[in-house]
Amino acid sequence: MRTILGRTERASGRVRQATIVLVLCLIPILILFGSLLLGRLNLGFREVWASLFGGEVRETVRALVLRVRLPRLVAAAVVGANLAVSGAAFQGVFRNPLVESRILGVSAGAGLGAALAMVARAGPAGIQVFSFAGGLLAAALAILLASAFGGGILVLVLSGVLVSSFFSSLVSLVKYFADPYVQLPGITFWLMGGLSAVRWAEVLPLVVVSAVGLGGLFLLRWRLNILTLSEAEAQALGLPVRRLRFLLVTLGTLLTAAAVSVSGVVGWVGLIVPHAARALVGPDHLFLLPASAGLGAAVLLLFDDIARTALPTEIPLDILTGLIGVPVFFALFMRQIRKGAGWR
Amino acid sequence: MSLIGRELFYAYVSGQFVLVGVNVEVERGEVLFLLGANGSGKTTLLECLCGVRVPQRGEVSLDGKRLSSLSARERAKYIAYVPQFPETTFAYTVEEMILMGRAPHIGPFGQPGPKDREKVEEVLALIGLEALRGRPVNALSGGEKRLVLIARGLAQEAPYLLLDEPDAHLDPANQHRVLSVICRLAKTGLGVAATTHNPNSALLYAQRVLLLRSGKTLAHGDPRQVLFPEVLTEAYGIAFQIVGDGSGPKAILPLVEAD
Repeated sequence: MRTILGRTERASGRVRQATIVLVLCLIPILILFGSLLLGRLNLGFREVWASLFGGEVRETVRALVLRVRLPRLVAAAVVGANLAVSGAAFQGVFRNPLVESRILGVSAGAGLGAALAMVARAGPAGIQVFSFAGGLLAAALAILLASAFGGGILVLVLSGVLVSSFFSSLVSLVKYFADPYVQLPGITFWLMGGLSAVRWAEVLPLVVVSAVGLGGLFLLRWRLNILTLSEAEAQALGLPVRRLRFLLVTLGTLLTAAAVSVSGVVGWVGLIVPHAARALVGPDHLFLLPASAGLGAAVLLLFDDIARTALPTEIPLDILTGLIGVPVFFALFMRQIRKGAGWR
Repeated sequence: MSLIGRELFYAYVSGQFVLVGVNVEVERGEVLFLLGANGSGKTTLLECLCGVRVPQRGEVSLDGKRLSSLSARERAKYIAYVPQFPETTFAYTVEEMILMGRAPHIGPFGQPGPKDREKVEEVLALIGLEALRGRPVNALSGGEKRLVLIARGLAQEAPYLLLDEPDAHLDPANQHRVLSVICRLAKTGLGVAATTHNPNSALLYAQRVLLLRSGKTLAHGDPRQVLFPEVLTEAYGIAFQIVGDGSGPKAILPLVEAD
C-alpha cells in the first residue's frame, strides 16, 4: 500500500507538469479561432465556422478569413512559438537566463538582409529570403568567430554581441543611403516588426523551416538539461558537448531567422516567455520547451490582436512587446529574486 | 579489473607540466584518496582518469582497454565524475538532477523511460534522499548537494566513481556522512578515487592513498603505513604530529600556532 501511495505521489509532479503543458498547447488554438472573429470587420462565430469548414457564407468573407486572417494568425502563432522555444534553448545552452536567441546577431543580420532587399526593390518573397539568409549569415559568422578562439560559451556571447552591433551599423549605413521617401520608412517599419502583409506564400516556408527546427529541439530537449551543467560534468556524463551545443544553436538560429524573416524584429518574447514557462512547469526542458511553444504562440497571437485592433492603424509589434514585455519581465524577475531560486 | 594511469604527463601551458610521470591505480572495491598541497596536480590527475582531460604523455587504461579509444558515451558507462558542487543556474529538483546520470544509457535523440526512473528510485533509496526528491537542488545544504551528486554518479551505473574533494566545505558530521556513504559503495564493489585536503579523511576512510608533490608521487600505499610526519611535512611544508593508540594512528595534527 505504501509503495502504491509513494508511486502516485511521485508521478503526480510529472502529471501536473504534463497537464500544464497540454493546457498551454491548447490555449493558442482557442485564441487563434477567437482571433479570426476580430478585425476591422468583426465577424460572427457562424461566418468564421462556415468559412473554415464549408458552409453558406459570402465569398468576400470566406476570402477574408482564409486568405487574410488565417495566414496572419498562423504566422503569429508560429513566430511566437519559434521565438519562445529558441529563447528557452539558448538560455539553456548559454547557461544564462538573460540570453535570448538574438544574442548571436540573428535579428541584426535579418534586418540587414531585409534592408538590402528593400533598397534593391525586391518583393515580399525577396525580403523574406534575404532577411532569412542575413540572419543565418550573422549567426554563422558569430559561431565561426567564436570557434576560432576556442568555442567556449563566453567567447560565443562576445562574438555574438560584436557581430550584432556590426550588422546594426551596416543597417544604419543602408538606411542612410536609402531613398528617404519610400525605402527608409519601409525599412524602419520592418525593423519595428509586424505581420500585416503576411500571406500564405510567406507562411508556408515559415512552417516548413519551423517544423525542422522545433522537431530537432524537441528530440534533443532532455539533453539540454545536462548542457546547463558545467562543461566538464556534461562531458563526464558522456555528451559530445561541443557538437551538441553547435546543433542546438543551429536549430535555434533556424527558428529565429525563420520567424524574423516573416515578422520583422520582435523583441522580448524570446526572453520573457521562457521565464514565465519556467515559473509554471519548472526548469526541466522536457516540459519547458513544449510549454514555451504553447505560451509563446498564445502571447504573440494576443499581441497581434492588439496590434491590429486597438487603434485605427496597425501598431508595430516590437513597440507592443516592449511596452508590455518590460513590466512583465520586471515582475517575473522580482518574483524569482523573492523566491531566491535560480538567480545567484 | 581496474582503472590505471601509467606515466601520466599533463601541462595546461606547454612545457609547464602539472603531472610529471604519475602512476595510479583505482581498484574495484577500494577507496583511493589523492592528497597534496594546492596546485600539486590532484584535480588534474582526477580529470585525466575521468577522460575529461587527455594527458599529453602516458596512458589511462580502463579494465585493460585504452580510455582514449572509447567514445565519451561509452566512457561514461564506466566512469562517473562527482564535482564539488552542482554548477547550474537553473533550479532542477533532486529527482531531475539524479536522472541526468542516466544520459550514457539513453540514445542521442532519446528521452528517459520508466527503467531510468526506476533506477533513480533505487538510488534515492540507497542514499536515503527520498524525502528531498522534489526539492530544488540549489536550495539544499552543502552535504545534501554532495549526496545528490554522488547519487547522480550512481545512477550512471558506472563501476568507477571519481570525486573532487567530497569532504570540502562540510561540517565534521556531514563529512562523515558523505565519506561513509563512499566507503559503503566501495564495499559493494565500486572503485572509488577522491581528492582531499584533509589527511585525516584519507587516514580514516581510504584503503590506499597517493600523496602528490609538484605533480610527482611522494608516497603511495596504505595510509596507516605511508602518512608519516616527515612525508607530510615534505608535501605541505609544515610540521605534523600523528596521534594514535595501541591499534594504530587515529589522527593527523598540523603543528602550527597562530601569531
